[in-house]
Formats: sequence, structure tokens, C-alpha cells
Amino acid sequence: MEILVCVRRVPDTSENEIELNTAANDIEREDLVYSINEWDNYAVEEALQIVGRVGGNVTVVTVGGEDDEEVLRRQMAMGATHGVLLSDEAFSGSDGRGIATILKGFVQKGHYDLILTGVQAEDGGAQVGGMLAAMLDYPFASLVNSIEVLPGKLKISREIEGGNREMNEIDLPCVLSIQTGINEPRYVGMRGIRQVASIPIPTLGVAELGIDASCVGESAAKVKRVDYFVPAMGKGAEMLEGSREENIERLVDLVTAKGGLK
Amino acid sequence: MMEVMQPPTLASSWLMYWHLLFLVTHVLGIACFAYIVTRRLVPLARAERDFRFNQPFVRLRRVLRFWLGQWRHPRYRTAGIIHLLIFASFILLVIRAFSLLCFRIGDNFAMAGFSGSAGHTYDIITDYAATIVFLCMGVAIIRRVVFKPARYAVPAKYGRDHTADAIFLLALIALLMTADSLFAASTAAGRLARNEPFEGLAFLSLPWILQRTLLSTSLATLWNLRLGAYFVHQLTFYFLLCYRPFGIQFHVETSLFTVFFAKLNRGTVKPVRWGIDDERLAQVKSLGVKKFEDFTWKHMLDFYSCADCGRCSDNCPANAVGRPLSPRFISIKARDYCFQHYPMLGRANNGTPLIGGIYSEDEIWSCTTCGACEEECPLLVEYIDKIVDLRRGMVDDGNVPQSLQKPLKALESRGNPYGKVEKKKADWTKAQDFQTTCKVNIVDGSKVADTLYFVDSVTSFDDRMQSIGRATARILDHVGENFGILGAAERDSGHEVRRFGEETLFMALRDHNAEAIKASGVQRIVTADPHAYNALKHDYRDIPPVEHISQVIAREVKTGKITFNPLENGSVYTYHDPCYLGRHNQVYNDPRAVLDAIPGLKRVEMSRSRDRSFCCGGGGLMLFYEPKEEQRMGVKRVQMAAEAGANVIVTACPFCMANIEDAIKVAGLEGKMTAIDLAELADQQIAREIPKETAVHGG
Repeated sequence: MEILVCVRRVPDTSENEIELNTAANDIEREDLVYSINEWDNYAVEEALQIVGRVGGNVTVVTVGGEDDEEVLRRQMAMGATHGVLLSDEAFSGSDGRGIATILKGFVQKGHYDLILTGVQAEDGGAQVGGMLAAMLDYPFASLVNSIEVLPGKLKISREIEGGNREMNEIDLPCVLSIQTGINEPRYVGMRGIRQVASIPIPTLGVAELGIDASCVGESAAKVKRVDYFVPAMGKGAEMLEGSREENIERLVDLVTAKGGLK
Repeated sequence: MMEVMQPPTLASSWLMYWHLLFLVTHVLGIACFAYIVTRRLVPLARAERDFRFNQPFVRLRRVLRFWLGQWRHPRYRTAGIIHLLIFASFILLVIRAFSLLCFRIGDNFAMAGFSGSAGHTYDIITDYAATIVFLCMGVAIIRRVVFKPARYAVPAKYGRDHTADAIFLLALIALLMTADSLFAASTAAGRLARNEPFEGLAFLSLPWILQRTLLSTSLATLWNLRLGAYFVHQLTFYFLLCYRPFGIQFHVETSLFTVFFAKLNRGTVKPVRWGIDDERLAQVKSLGVKKFEDFTWKHMLDFYSCADCGRCSDNCPANAVGRPLSPRFISIKARDYCFQHYPMLGRANNGTPLIGGIYSEDEIWSCTTCGACEEECPLLVEYIDKIVDLRRGMVDDGNVPQSLQKPLKALESRGNPYGKVEKKKADWTKAQDFQTTCKVNIVDGSKVADTLYFVDSVTSFDDRMQSIGRATARILDHVGENFGILGAAERDSGHEVRRFGEETLFMALRDHNAEAIKASGVQRIVTADPHAYNALKHDYRDIPPVEHISQVIAREVKTGKITFNPLENGSVYTYHDPCYLGRHNQVYNDPRAVLDAIPGLKRVEMSRSRDRSFCCGGGGLMLFYEPKEEQRMGVKRVQMAAEAGANVIVTACPFCMANIEDAIKVAGLEGKMTAIDLAELADQQIAREIPKETAVHGG
């Protein structure tokens, strides 16, 4: 089975102190460390496990710049056969629809039985997977937390609110958005990344993908970010300030007072 | 008359058959043994390389101490003394056994072996030796059957009980001794009956008793008894010789080599591959131990040598709290695997993965590398290097628990397991009341210092442990040390990174730190974290010498630079030895000397202390790992302190502090028990000219 996984490089929320920049239109990006979007990591692992069972190849693709090669390398170190970077001046400032358009151009250049995305990106809007499926006219399932390969189709389960599961059969080719917890992603260390360091990662732009440049990028974006802010403290919210010990004590008191602890 | 002097059956033709039988048994026995040992060497020949031929004199000294001297055996009093007696007797009996086997039987009732008074003395000694072994077998069997020490038990998940096998072997040795003694007794009785010169058997020894019972026996019966005893001895001897390589008794042959080739450098971790330097490591296809043949030949020899005594597991904290790890079965399972996959007949069936096969992932991650097993093993069997090698194999396959992946990733991108921003590494020095009284410089080229205080991640970033950092800095300041820290340039020492099998990441951290240390131009390094201490001391190369803060304090107490105010709080203190300060680096006395230098401090020892200290739960990445366990190690440790009558636990390691403080809460001893770091206590008690306001912990 030929599987394409669309991935994205995001600031690692567990290793950064995210702060607004002075202009308050973005986060402070100096000193940030980036990593693979967590959901995408599960998607790649799932793809690798599927080809481990039924054979095939996993290709990872991302839309971005030179810096984003890092996440492709990491996923190749995990076991992905190919990594492709979709990069072009014209892509910058694309909204979700623009990204989906770029990815569609790439999908149509190859033959993929299955396309996976993460449910959402840590800094995204959970929109690309669905849009890509619609543009390709492929069936789509979101929040997928198990996949079983059947002839010509998949048996998948989706996470339903409240922890329930819904079982579906979906025809191939299709697009799935993968939920965290579907598997336990394997570890990738520096050594693994070094071992794939010399594998070339092709960069494809507007021309190679055959995309109309006017359909992507900032000029084509119909969703624009207008502000970025930390929400004001709402009614009933209280920030505990003090040492860790004091905070813990205060928290326990509060929870006890509300009847959460007996 | 000559006929009478002749052995009664010498003339008869069937003596020829006896001789033939003896000869055939000899040849068969030796051939079988040679074949078996050769087959047992096959996996060793296919194993990974191991460099164990350096420092031969040091190794010989260790053989004298640990093998011949049985140094570690009396750590378990009863079993140790029994083993010591058996071992010493065996050594004494070896010559007699060989002479019995080699000397031609039939030359009258001649005593095999030496002649003259030296020979007689030797015979007397061996009479007693055989008796001692015989009695020890009895005691050992009674222990196995009646008293059943818990450490011999085999939990159901590890297979069947080993008692029957042990008793079978013990009984065989008893039989060997009986046959040996009967031979001596019938020989003596025969000579006596024929009025031949005869030097008496050892009074009250087994041969002596047997000889008494044979006094009225006819010469012909004696002769037959003698032949029979010889043959039984011979058969038993060769049976044991050839049976031992199939079980725990193989250590009789292999222990000498295991001890000789034992690891010499405490605190170190073996290189990923012997003979392959760091630069070439990147080209190695597969790292660590994944299949049996990835073990080194010495590690395989360890598996053969394990005597199944259970002392390792009896001292293993992971085993004690119900984690799925028992070091004893790391060896036993590997040996069983080896015997099964390298059969005596037929081709070896090798190459199956060990993880998921004989070992589980959780089993291998459960080890805190505290070293209690290795400290206890009478045969110096190694465990930590094997565990680390197995982890290296898992890391190489991407098989790392989810709970460890985040801290490892953070170590890669941020240089600390918490994912904290590098520039905040020195924030612990900015505490209000501290900054004004103690200036901590960052040695970044603009500032120079003689001494580097290597803080490491936990002390830099953990709110609670930062207090240990400040105490350490104040102590260094008090003794007039010109010191500084690396600040943002300091990455995690990588101690646990290496011991969790992530060698590549470790090398990156080490290289970064080593470069920063060298660039700083410092003359020496001090740390208050035993894990950092161990890493800098053993894992790093070409950096200035490193000391733990407890060593600095102890020295300055001696020089008089540090004097302590008396402590009058009625508390009882006990010192918990951190594994990487105590067992791995043998720093036991300095922290105790510091405590004892504080006037009025009442100190008690826990029953498990010094080299038998009980791990608090493990440091570094172990704090992130979520083990399957019934109880926390720290809780057990805190209870031990309570049993010793202490209400303040002093330790000298931030990780011990984290585990013990948590454990005090879990054990419900809050208010009754506190923990304090040695540096904090020393700092609090130092007699300074100007009174100083500091947070007072413990006490």
C-alpha cells in the first residue's frame, strides 16, 4: 500500500514558553524549538505499522521552507521511505484551503492508496485533511483511532465524544485524519536522523506541481489572522501565585472546598 | 608369602576387566567433558568482542581476594560460611581427587598420593576436608528443604522451582565424598588387616568412622569395597564434571575466569562496541544487544557462572518493590536460552530477538542502575552493562516508552529533560535573598574562575532542588573558593541518557559540556549531584578533576575552614547513601564525617547502609519512567529510616531528595520525618561571622 502522510513542523508546546511578540500579531519566535506536530507523528507511525503488515511505502510531505526539512528527516528516520518538501515563494501566507490546494497538486502527481493527516496541528485549525479529501473527491474520516486493512477498503474506528467508538468501513483511496493514542510512536534519536541525512529530499514548487499560483499564497487566502492574544481572565477564574508548595496546598483546599476531594 | 602380599584378586583375570573399565571411564569422562565445554564455548566465539586482558596483576589480586579468598561470601553469614568451607575443602581435595583418578589402582593397598610425613599430613587434612564437605552437603540440603531461604524461591513467571536440581547436585557431592572416604577407609582397613605399615586416618573424620565399621571385614570384601568405592567415586566425579555445564554448578569451572575477567572500573558503562571509537560508531549498523550473540563473551561467561544464589535479586530494589525485574533471572533466562539455542547435538538455532522473547521491555527499563546486585554477587557478575546494552538495542529500534520520549526529545533540543529554555538555566541564582549575599558568576569567557560548580538540570530547574544549588554555592563561597557556573552553556550531564541507552544523544551532551568546561579554563569541578559527579568522573574525558560537595565540606572541616554551630533540636539523623556517590564511587565516609562534625547531631545508621544502601527510586530519566510496581522504592527506604529510629533523612543527591520527600508523603510520615540535603544541612549549620538568613529545612 502506498501511503502519503501530510505533516507539519510546529513550535513544541512542551519545550517552549510561548509568549506574544511585542506587536501582538504572532508569538515570539526567537528561541523557539520546533518539532513534528504530535498528531502527525501518530499518523506516520500508523502508516509505518500498516506497511509493516501489508507492505508498501510511506511518503511524508510538508508544505514549508528549508527549516521544515528537519521534520521530514525525523519521519524518514522513523522509517518513511520518501520525504518531499513543497516549497515556493508563492506558497507563503496560504490559508488552510491554500495548503490543501498545494497538497492536492502533489497527490495528483503520484498514486497513493491512503492519505493520512493529523487531526489538527498544534497551531492550526483541523481543516486541511477534510478540504484535501473534498478537493480530491476522496472519502474522508476524521478522528480515526484504529485502522484495519481489508481488500480495497479499510475498517476504521473513530473517536466519538465521551470516549465512545464508531466503526466504519471506508473505500480506498481515502483521506483519514489520525487521532493521538492510535498507537505508540517509535522513538527517533539523533543517530536515526544522521543515518538518513544523506537521502535527498526533493523540493517541489508551483511549476513542478502544476498549480495555478494565483490559487495559493497570501493573495488567495480567504482566511486571514487579524489578532493574536492571551484571553483575559474570565469570571470565576483564579490564578494561583506563589511557590509550588503553596500553590499545591491552595489548590487542594480549593478543590476540597468545591467538594472535589473528600 | 608374596602371594599374600599381592592384592587378593591381582592374579584373577577379571581385575583386567576392572582396569579396562576404569580406563574406559576415564577416557569417556574426559572426552565427554571436553566435548561439552567445547560446545559451551561456541556462543562465546560468536559473541561480541570484550576487552578484558588489561591490568593482569590487578585481576590476579582480585582472583586471590574474591575467588580464592571468597571475600563476598560471608555477607550472607550462614550460606557464606558453608560455601567457604566447601570451597576450601574442594581446593584441598583437588589434589587427592586427581591422584585418585590418575594413580593406577591395584598396586597393593597403596595410599594414592604423597608419601612421607607431608603426605600423611595432607591425607589427614583431606580426610577432614571430605568430612566437612559431606557435613556441609547435609546442612545445605536441610537449608533447602526445611528452612527454604526466600531468595532461592522461583516465582511462577520464571519457571519451575530449582530445589530438586540443587538437592540432586548436593547429594551427588555427598556421594562423591562418601566414595572418597570409603576408599580411604577400606585401604586403611586392608593395610591394617595385613599388618602393613599404616598411618592412621584423621580422628573422627568420615574415613576414620567408616574404617571403624570395617574392622572385622574380610580382606576380600575390603578389596571389593575398595574397587567399588573407587569406581563409584570415578563415576560420580565424571558425572558431576559433565553434568555441571548444564546448570548452576558450572560455576565450579567458570568462576575463576569470571572473576579474573571481571569489570575493573566502577561507575563506568561499557562502550557500545569494544574497539570501535565514537567517530566510527555512526557507521555501525545496529547498536546494543538485540539478540543473544550481541552480548560480549564475558557477559555470556557471566551467564554460565551464575550460581543461582539469589543474592542479587535479594538486594535489588526493583525486585523488592515488585517491578518486573529480578537480576538473577536476567542471568538464568539468558543461560536457559543459550542452552536451548546452542544444543549439545545439532546446529545452533540463533538470532531470535531477546526483547519479547526472554526479556520484557518493562523488565529492562525497571533497573535504576543502583548497582546493589553487582555489589553483592560473589562472582562479580555484571548486570548494569547488560541492562544498558539491552536498552541501547531497544533505543536503536525506536522501542522507547512514551513517558521517556518527551524528556529525551527535550534533552536533544534544549539540553535538559524538562524542555526548559537554556537561558533560564542560571535563574536559581536570582532568588532574592540569595543574590545579595552570594554572587555566582557565569564563566563565559569574560569571567574566570578556578572552580566550576557543575549544577546539572534538576538542581538548575527544579524549584525544590534549587535550594541545594544555593546551599552548595554558599558553602563554596564560605570556604573562599573562586568559583563559577556555566549557565546557559551547561547542558545535562547525560548520565542517565547514557544509562538509558541513548548513546548518541549522550555523546552530543558530553561533547558540548566538555568543550564548554575546557573553554572556561577552570582547574577543577565541584558538583552536588552524584549523577553528574559520576558522569564527569567516569564518562567524560580530558576534563579537570571533579569532586562531590560532600568531599569538599569534609576536607574543609578538617582544615578548619568550616566549623559548625551546634545542633540542638533533639532530632535523630540518618544518612542515606546515594547509589552514585556510595556504591559507584565509594564515597561513604566523607558525608558521615561532615555529619559527625556537627556538634550535638545525633546520627543512627539504617540497617541497609553504605554498600548495601537501598536505592530511593532512581534519578534522571527514571523520574519520568512510569514503572509497574507495587510500592515505591522511596517508601520502603523511608520506612527503613523510621525503623532505625531516625526522623531526619540526610542525603547528598537531588534525585534522592525528590524521591524521599515524595515517599515521606506517600508513606504518611509527613510531620514525623523530613529530608535534607547534606549541603543544605552543612550550609545551615556553618558558623559564620555574620548571621545569615536562610530557609531552614528539616531539623
